[in-house]
Amino acid sequence: MTDTSEATSAQRGGMLDLLNGFVVELRNAGLPVSLTENLDAMEAVQHIELEDRDTFKYALGATLIKNHAHWRSFETVFEVYFSLRGPEYKIGEGGDDTDIDDLWRELQDAQQQGEGKGQGGMDGMTPEEIAQMLMQALMNGDQGMMRAMAKQSVQRFAGMEPGRPVGGTYYLYRTLRNLDLDNMLEKMMEASQQDAPDQLTSLEKRLEKEEFQDQIEKFKGEIESEIRRRLVADRGAEAMAKTLRKPLPEDVEFMHASRDEMSSLKKALGPLTRKLAARLARKRKHKRKGPLDFRSTVRHSLSYGGVPAEPKFKAPRVAKPELIVIADISGSVAAFARFTLMLVYAIQNQFSKVRSFVFIDGIDEVTDYFKATEDIQEAIHRVNTEADVVWVDGHSDYGHAFEVWWNEYGKDVTAKSTVLFLGDARNNYHASQAWVVKEIQAKARHVYWLNPEPRSYWNTGDSIVGEYGAHTDGVYECRNLRQLEAFVDLLA
Amino acid sequence: MTTIPDATAPADAAPRFESVQQVRDALRDVDYLADDGIAGIAYLADRLQKPILVEGPAGTGKTQLAKSIAEITGAKLIRLQCYEGLDESKALYEWNYKKQLLRIQTERGENEDWTDIQDDIFSDEFLLTRPLLEAITSDEPVVLLIDEVDRVEVETEALLLEILSDYQVSIPELGTIVAKQIPLVFLTSNNTRELSEALKRRCLYLHVDYPDLERERQIVLAKTPGITENLADQVSRIVRSIRQLDLKKAPSVSETLDWARTLMLLNIETIDEQTAKETLNILLKYQTDIAKAAKELTVDE
Repeated sequence: MTDTSEATSAQRGGMLDLLNGFVVELRNAGLPVSLTENLDAMEAVQHIELEDRDTFKYALGATLIKNHAHWRSFETVFEVYFSLRGPEYKIGEGGDDTDIDDLWRELQDAQQQGEGKGQGGMDGMTPEEIAQMLMQALMNGDQGMMRAMAKQSVQRFAGMEPGRPVGGTYYLYRTLRNLDLDNMLEKMMEASQQDAPDQLTSLEKRLEKEEFQDQIEKFKGEIESEIRRRLVADRGAEAMAKTLRKPLPEDVEFMHASRDEMSSLKKALGPLTRKLAARLARKRKHKRKGPLDFRSTVRHSLSYGGVPAEPKFKAPRVAKPELIVIADISGSVAAFARFTLMLVYAIQNQFSKVRSFVFIDGIDEVTDYFKATEDIQEAIHRVNTEADVVWVDGHSDYGHAFEVWWNEYGKDVTAKSTVLFLGDARNNYHASQAWVVKEIQAKARHVYWLNPEPRSYWNTGDSIVGEYGAHTDGVYECRNLRQLEAFVDLLA
Repeated sequence: MTTIPDATAPADAAPRFESVQQVRDALRDVDYLADDGIAGIAYLADRLQKPILVEGPAGTGKTQLAKSIAEITGAKLIRLQCYEGLDESKALYEWNYKKQLLRIQTERGENEDWTDIQDDIFSDEFLLTRPLLEAITSDEPVVLLIDEVDRVEVETEALLLEILSDYQVSIPELGTIVAKQIPLVFLTSNNTRELSEALKRRCLYLHVDYPDLERERQIVLAKTPGITENLADQVSRIVRSIRQLDLKKAPSVSETLDWARTLMLLNIETIDEQTAKETLNILLKYQTDIAKAAKELTVDE
């Protein structure tokens, strides 16, 4: 860092501190940032104009974040840490002279010229007028206008008070409730239908609808970041960074994932399975050589005058296990079962055969759903809707399910089979029938149990994972994708 | 676009670009529509003299970015296509052993000292340069493109480390060859496996995703001469909609362009459901995806 830095040392010192804090926060959020990357970031910011927020953000992103799945976490931390600080973002006060406010006033003037109501701020408007303006902004996809609307909406509806110990989601809820975005989509569709010269075809309708939905999502994002900005201004970046910290997709717990997190999990699963499959294939290919091939070694020793200078090895025997998955798909663990099944089927060519069974208190084989289609998502959907898994009341009964399974399919377990149980073993105090697992272990090559609950919850309440676990080769905690991936790697 | 020498910078590292805006404008001139991130990171890579690791789905213009940068800087593009089994002799350098053998044979009989011969046959004359070595020994400015780096084995990645961080290659018989000029290096990856930390650490990271609606429309307009605004708009909107489906392989930008060209050739001015359905096989390459998209596009809401 020599030639180009023209900043005064004081400025640089301030920037250095800020960046250091930022990196510490990134690490706290679970993002791996090495020392060299930290130094690179510091050098990078000297080459760009700090006023240009977007470039600044990309400069930091390019030097600090080397995995796209981490980008969202990075963005959150960035917004908190380098949020626009200044008096206009104080809670409770109206902004005075930002561009957005100017734009806002301009728009309002234009809007109200005909109506003769010439006053600033959103306070003077009825909810209908606000809705009307918002609809126009959304339909035109006008970013500046949407940002201005978001700002005004938060100011008017969120009811934020300095120092109030309430989370951002509360304010978000209040703002959204007042804006009534749910009906907005329909209204927008109607309006576009009227504006169109001809009747819209269903294709056009579909496209319009998706675009409007997208705009609404964007608007929600604007509101969220507006609330975040105000909270940061109120409480300081360090305090907010902690509360806003979002887990990385691979650290999201299956059992407590929100809908947003679920979809990001699903997205993360695709690349993950691809990588896993590539890694396993490579592992298989480059595995250690087989045992010494004595005959071949002796034969080749002839060319060295009878000295076995070049040892020859047998080709390794590739033993692909046959996999039997038995999964609990009752409410609380359904998401976990779904992800595990998806992962297993995505790498099914690593096994000679995969059979899968799902149960709640009854049990059903779902192997055919996966055979019938190439689309794993569709198969999973069929598992959720079509599988016959309820016997009495639809509460988990491991004991009954296992007993039925043993009577019907127990004979299919061979010395080549690896049996995988998925579930939290919360048996609602029914009989455990753990002898089934014991019988399976006696016949199968391996028996594993994956539990999506934190280890500290095991064997509390009606969880009897210990009782089953005693007859397996291992019970593994599988709360997130990272743990699941590690296990599958071990399995195949 | 030529390089503009900067008085304050060291002579060996005259920056290629003046500002982020300049990069973006220049790229636009060669029909590559960069977004904020792409232009900014290309600019930074030049200033920091660091390689760029470009990741993203196939067909989003990762390779094209390197080509376009080469075009606007007037640099020579040297490309190393990676594949499984790539080794030193294909990536870095190789001794021209046939020529070495000839050299030894021609001298046979005359009483030449072996050490002389040895010095002679391990000299520049007998060295075959491969892309990486070529990139740093070249006198003219170079853009080095290491394509699909995720295809080589983890062990082979190590070959790249020296050149990426220090812009030099060590050859045991010759010593270390240091770059005459610092090339601008692009590594692309389709993300089929996790690259090693060591490699990532040395690079700036750029994720190129599918472009947003507006940018894709611009791309279609720029790359498909003669297309109407209306058709370009429709094409990009439908593609965007299809990308939101849960598909095996979402349509890439290059497939979007293929589709736009096809529609042009078919003299289609507005896309209705029927034409969309009939030409889907240009956008999508899996039968299940085509079936799914066709179903989705025709279902009435």
